[in-house]
Amino acid sequence: MSRVVVVKGGRVIDPASGFDATADLLIADGVIREVGRPDVPTGAEVLRADGLVVAPGLVDMHVHLREPGFEYKETIAGGTRAAAAGGVTTVACMPNTKPVNDDPSITAFMRQKAADEGVVNVHPIGAVTKGLEGRELTEMGLLLRAGCVAFSDDGRPVADSGLMRRALDYARAFNALIIQHAEEPSLSAHGCMHEGVISSRLGLPGLPAVAESVMVDRDIRLVELTGGRYHVAHISVAGAVEAVARARARGLPVSCEVAPHHFALTDEAVLGYDTDAKMSPPLRSAEDRNAMLEGLARGVITVIATDHAPHDPDSKRVEFCHASNGVVGLETLLPVSLELVRDGVLDLMGCLRAMTVAPARLLGLDRGTLAVGAVADLVLFDPDAAWVVDAARLHGTARNTCFHGRRVRGRVEKTLVAGQVVFDGDR
Amino acid sequence: MGTHLWNRKHLLGMADLGREEIQSILDAAASLREVNRRDIKKVPTLRGKTVINLFYENSTRTRTSFELAGKRMSADVINMSVASSSVKKGETLIDTLATLQAMNPDVVVIRHPESGAQEFLARHLDAAIVNAGDGRHEHPTQALLDLLTIHDHLPLLDREGFAGLVVAVCGDALHSRVARSIALGLRTMGGEVRFVGPPGLIPPRAEEAFGVRVYHDMEAGLDGVHVVMALRLQLERMSVGFIPSVREYFAFWGVTRARLARAAPGAFVMHPGPINRGVEIASDVADDPERSVILEQVANGLAVRMAVLYRLCGVGGGR
Repeated sequence: MSRVVVVKGGRVIDPASGFDATADLLIADGVIREVGRPDVPTGAEVLRADGLVVAPGLVDMHVHLREPGFEYKETIAGGTRAAAAGGVTTVACMPNTKPVNDDPSITAFMRQKAADEGVVNVHPIGAVTKGLEGRELTEMGLLLRAGCVAFSDDGRPVADSGLMRRALDYARAFNALIIQHAEEPSLSAHGCMHEGVISSRLGLPGLPAVAESVMVDRDIRLVELTGGRYHVAHISVAGAVEAVARARARGLPVSCEVAPHHFALTDEAVLGYDTDAKMSPPLRSAEDRNAMLEGLARGVITVIATDHAPHDPDSKRVEFCHASNGVVGLETLLPVSLELVRDGVLDLMGCLRAMTVAPARLLGLDRGTLAVGAVADLVLFDPDAAWVVDAARLHGTARNTCFHGRRVRGRVEKTLVAGQVVFDGDR
Repeated sequence: MGTHLWNRKHLLGMADLGREEIQSILDAAASLREVNRRDIKKVPTLRGKTVINLFYENSTRTRTSFELAGKRMSADVINMSVASSSVKKGETLIDTLATLQAMNPDVVVIRHPESGAQEFLARHLDAAIVNAGDGRHEHPTQALLDLLTIHDHLPLLDREGFAGLVVAVCGDALHSRVARSIALGLRTMGGEVRFVGPPGLIPPRAEEAFGVRVYHDMEAGLDGVHVVMALRLQLERMSVGFIPSVREYFAFWGVTRARLARAAPGAFVMHPGPINRGVEIASDVADDPERSVILEQVANGLAVRMAVLYRLCGVGGGR
C-alpha cells in the first residue's frame, strides 16, 4: 500500500530547475510524483505549508559527526537530529574520527550506524591519507565503493606538495573530489586566532591569512598540472577567494565552500577570549568577511557548508589556546544564511542553491532537487519568523555555537527525508 | 587615601582602566610607600584578609613583591606554585581555582602562561582576581608601578603630568605583556608611546591595536624621548628564527649610552627585569644612577601591589 503525502499551499522553490511559485507537492512512497495542482488522493496525508517556503532539504557537505571515537562530543544519532532540526536532510561527514575513516570497514560502520540510528542521509568522506598522517594515500577506489563521496584530511592540510600532487592525480581515476583544509603549517604553527589587531590586543599568537592563501595558490598549480577535482573547505580569507576566482575563470575544476560564521562574524567575536568563537580556520578580519560576501555574490563561492564541529563543554571550558577548535552550525545554517538574502548578497534562489543542488552535484548525489522522480527530501520553513539562538535549546548533543544570543529570522517548521517527517518544529 | 573611583572586583588589565582609576591606585601607592620606609614595616589594614598567590610560571620578583605587599598590610598570604600543586596531576585550571575559592580567599593573585587565563577564570568563578601576568597579554601591576616611577620623575623632566610625555618601549614587544600594559596605561594617561624593535618582534598592526608609533631603527626611535623602557629578550627567540644572534640584536637594538644621547635631556631608563646585560641593555646604562631607575621600579612595585590589594579587599572605599 503506497503512502501518499501532499504538501499544500507553500511557495515551492527548486534551485535545480529555477522553479519558484505557489504549488503543491504530491509525494508517494517517498518520491516526488507531481509539482503543481495535483488532486489530493483519498487517504493522503496533507501537510499545510501556507506562508512557508518549500525547498529541497539542505545538503551540508562539511559536518563532523564524531562517531566512532568521540561519542562524548557527538554521535551519528545526535548529529543527524541537529541536522533535521536545521532543515538539513543530507550531510557529508568528515573522516577525523577515531579510528580515522581511512578504511572501507569504518565507512561501512558509519553507514550502518546512520541507517540504524540516523534521521537524515549520511555520506562519509574518506581520508586522503592513512591516519590523516599526510604520508600514504588511502584506498580511494575501495572507499568510494564502500560509500565515501569525497576525500579530505580535514582538520589537517595535505601539506606535502608531492603527496598532494599524487592525491589529485590518483583521484582522477575515479573522478573523485579532493577537499582541502588549506593551511600552510609552517605559517600557522602555534596560532590560535586570526593574526591582526585583535590578536595583538589579546596577546594571542596569530594565524596569518596568508597561511591559507599560499596553500590555495599552491594547490591550484597542482590542479593545473594534474586536472584533479579540487575543493577548498571553509574558505576564510580574501586572497584565497581571489585565487579560486582566477582558477575558475580559467576553467579549472576548482570550487570552494564558506561557513556561515566566516561570512557573518569577524575576529572581534573572540574579544573576551570566547572559546565558542574559536575554530579552524579562525574568524577573520572585516575585509576578509567582505570578501566572503563578495565571493558569494560573484558566484566564486558556490557552496555554504557549516563545518559543524561539536565539542563537549570541557574541551571549551579551558584557557583559550588550549580550547578545541570548532563550532556547531547545523541548526543555524538556514537562518544565518538567510541574512545574505536580506542584505542583498544573494537572492533566495541563489542562497538555497548554495545549500542544496550545488553541494549535491559536487558530491555526485542526486539530492537537493524537487524534480519529479526525486527522493522527497524537503524543508518547510517560515522565512520571516524571528527567534533568538539559544545554545541550551539546540537539538544535537553539543552546545558550542558562536551564534548564541543572535537574533535571526527564518525558522524550520518541518523537515522530511524520503517523505517522512523527521523534524516537526518544536521551538 | 579617602574613597576613590574604584569599584572593580578584579584587576585584569590596563585596557579596562580609566584615567581616574589609574590615578586612584597611584595615589594610594604613593601614600603606602611610607610604610615601607618605617622601622616596623607593618600596618593592620588587611588583618583577617587572605591573599593567595597562584603562580603557573616561575617568578621571583613579582611573587615576592605580592607576598610582601600582603604581609606588610597584615593579610594572610599563601603562595602556591605549579611545582607543588595538583596542576602537575592534570587538574584543570578552573578546578584548581574552584578548590581555592572554596577556602574563601579575599584575593587570588594569578600568573599564568596563557593569555586570557585570568579573564576566563573571572568569568566562571567568584573570587577577586589580580592578574600578575597572563601570557603575552597584560601585566597591569607592572604598568602601574612603571607609571608611578615615571610620575615621580616628571619634575626632573620639567613636566607636570603625563600629557606630551614620550616613552620608547624597546625590544621584543611581540611577546611582552609589559609592553602591552604600559602602552595602554600611558595612552590612557595622555602619554605617547613608541614601540622600537626589529620588525618580527613588534605585534602585528601595533599602531591600530595600541595607538603607538612603530620604529625599527633605534636611533630614530629614541630621538627626543623622555623615557626609554628596555624589554627583556627571551633567549629562546633565536632558535625559532625571530632574530639571528644576540650579537646582532645588541648591535642594532641594544640600549647603549651612545643611543641614549638621542633622547631628551634628563631622559631615564627603565626595565621590568630581570635584565640581560649586553643583550637588550648595556651594563653601564643599567648601572648608571643618573640614568637608570630600575631599582626604584622594584620599590614602587611593592607599593603599587599594596595599593591594589587594598582596593580589591574592599577596604579602600568603593566596593
